[in-house]
Amino acid sequence: MDVVAAENVGKDYAAGKVTVRALEGVSFRIAAGSFVSFVGPSGSGKTTLLNLIGCLDRPTRGTLSVAGTDVARLDRRRGALFRGQNIGFIFQDFNLIPVLTVYENVEYPLVMVRGVDIKDRRDKVTKLIEEVGIGAERNKYPDQLSGGQKQRVAVARALVTSPGLVLADEPTANLDSRTAAMIIGLMKKMRDNLGTTFIFSTHDMRIVDTAEVIHTLQDGKLTSTVKTNAKKKGEQNAEAG
Amino acid sequence: MLKLVKISLRNLFRYKRRTLLTMSLITIGVAFVLVFVSVTASFKAMMVGEITDSMLGHIQIHRKGYVASIDNLPLNLNLNPRSWHKVEQVLTDMPEVEAYSPRIKFGGVFSNFIESTNIRLNAVDPEKELATVPLLASRFRSANNTIRQGEILVPELLAKGMNVEVGDVAVVVATNEDGSVNGYQFTVGGIVRSVTGPGGRDGYIHIEDGRQILRLEEPEISEVAIRLKKLDALESVEGRLQETLGREKNPKGKPAFEIHTWKKLTPFFNVVRMIDIMTFFIKLMLIAIVLISVMNVMIMAVYERTREIGTIAAIGTLPGRILSMFVIEGLSLGLLGAVSGTVLGSLAIVIMNAFKIRFNFGRAEGLILNASLNPVDILTIGLIVVAVAVLAGFRPAFQASRLEPIEALRHI
Repeated sequence: MDVVAAENVGKDYAAGKVTVRALEGVSFRIAAGSFVSFVGPSGSGKTTLLNLIGCLDRPTRGTLSVAGTDVARLDRRRGALFRGQNIGFIFQDFNLIPVLTVYENVEYPLVMVRGVDIKDRRDKVTKLIEEVGIGAERNKYPDQLSGGQKQRVAVARALVTSPGLVLADEPTANLDSRTAAMIIGLMKKMRDNLGTTFIFSTHDMRIVDTAEVIHTLQDGKLTSTVKTNAKKKGEQNAEAG
Repeated sequence: MLKLVKISLRNLFRYKRRTLLTMSLITIGVAFVLVFVSVTASFKAMMVGEITDSMLGHIQIHRKGYVASIDNLPLNLNLNPRSWHKVEQVLTDMPEVEAYSPRIKFGGVFSNFIESTNIRLNAVDPEKELATVPLLASRFRSANNTIRQGEILVPELLAKGMNVEVGDVAVVVATNEDGSVNGYQFTVGGIVRSVTGPGGRDGYIHIEDGRQILRLEEPEISEVAIRLKKLDALESVEGRLQETLGREKNPKGKPAFEIHTWKKLTPFFNVVRMIDIMTFFIKLMLIAIVLISVMNVMIMAVYERTREIGTIAAIGTLPGRILSMFVIEGLSLGLLGAVSGTVLGSLAIVIMNAFKIRFNFGRAEGLILNASLNPVDILTIGLIVVAVAVLAGFRPAFQASRLEPIEALRHI
């Protein structure tokens, strides 16, 4: 079953009086439980496409279905509800809430978005932060963590609501190569454990080949789609981490 | 909800210096307003007490038209026995009335056999008068603090000017309603300290002496002064008196009585009103302080946390939750400022009272300022501060909740 289905998706931006065509005629399908990357140079449209898949923006043209829902039809409130139910986000700059501890950051979507009761929250958050390897840091604040630890928290936060899809925009851009490999390995391990679909964008050639499906974007157009045999490598990285 | 409050409070104290500065501003504002309100309330209470309890009473009843001519003390506008009886009946049936005192007011000539001068006199029943205006006794400089038949209590300025002392003999000459002139010899029973306000420089004699000097065959009176058990009931009692006595007509079909509260009888009510207006403007200043300072903090908070707002919106936080988060921050700022301001204000009042600040009002000297905080004032000012803080925080909070996540995430 496809988690994401895009058909001739296009996106235009107005930059002053000029209209910028950020995406044009992009079509693809992403199967549930896959580990997919969008690669391409800066300005190729990776972030724009991830924003569309994440219902943070709406396509100008074409149809885009996420988890069986036409996301172009969602208004602000329903978009928020949809994201809260179906999508987890991992950001390049981690985007943790600085006034919350590691535990509270991971717990946040369960409290503020899902309204899960305290016992279920405790069980789920504790299990997840142990799984991503930050159990010892549970009471620390983001400014007391390294970049790798912050991104682990972000991975746990993205997964805590058990979404069908996790979107990661340049998740390793602010990490050194060893930590980047660990984070990608962790994401893959979580995909294997939970069956969550991971889509990440990157222009970092060190991690591109960790994806099982690589979509390449160039000047807003999808130029190639390649299936790799990266599963084994990802497992090895996770073990190393 | 508790989590929301917890996050809001943590966010509030994330920028400690800014939050504490703003809170200090609100605290000082609240404390200042509370001190001002309590001091002015105390001053007002003493001023009103001095006026009503020394001379005026809380309410006065006259025959219609008397107050307009009160400077002449017109005897032809006295209440006749039937009217007086009616007034007595009504007042006896009112549980809010603590005491009332009938007075005969007239003007005459006072002579110590060497020189003479004009005098305004109140002929009163001492027991009723002292129950109605309890501070009157404190104005007497005499041995027995009452008004006996055959004695006159002379206003202090007149006594000083004419070298009259307690025990001297004096004569009062007055013209009655029929135009006949009558003289009556008194012993000076005491000197009356003057007070500020109408009737504050009048002399006193016994009501029976007043009737004799004016040769009143029937018990006519010029005015009835009323004291209430609680001053708060002033307007309601006045309203009921207007309903009962105000409807009474004279034989010509015109209103028989006029009823006035102390507010309408003394120009000092304007001073009270001015104090109220000043208090109102001080409260307005507090509102401005809270509004501007909280709004400033909240606008800055939204600006500085735009990316964070984008993040929480992206992960599915509903706009209403984001709005609540910022509104709670504004509310907390106002609440903390109001509470600490109340504590500081109360402390300032306790210290001020310990110093026993004295002031003069008119001829009353050495009155001690006894400021106290009224729970209604605390509640009102607290509510104003909190409501204004919420209002000030609402606009930036609304702006935060309306941010597009994608735009917010791009914010640097």
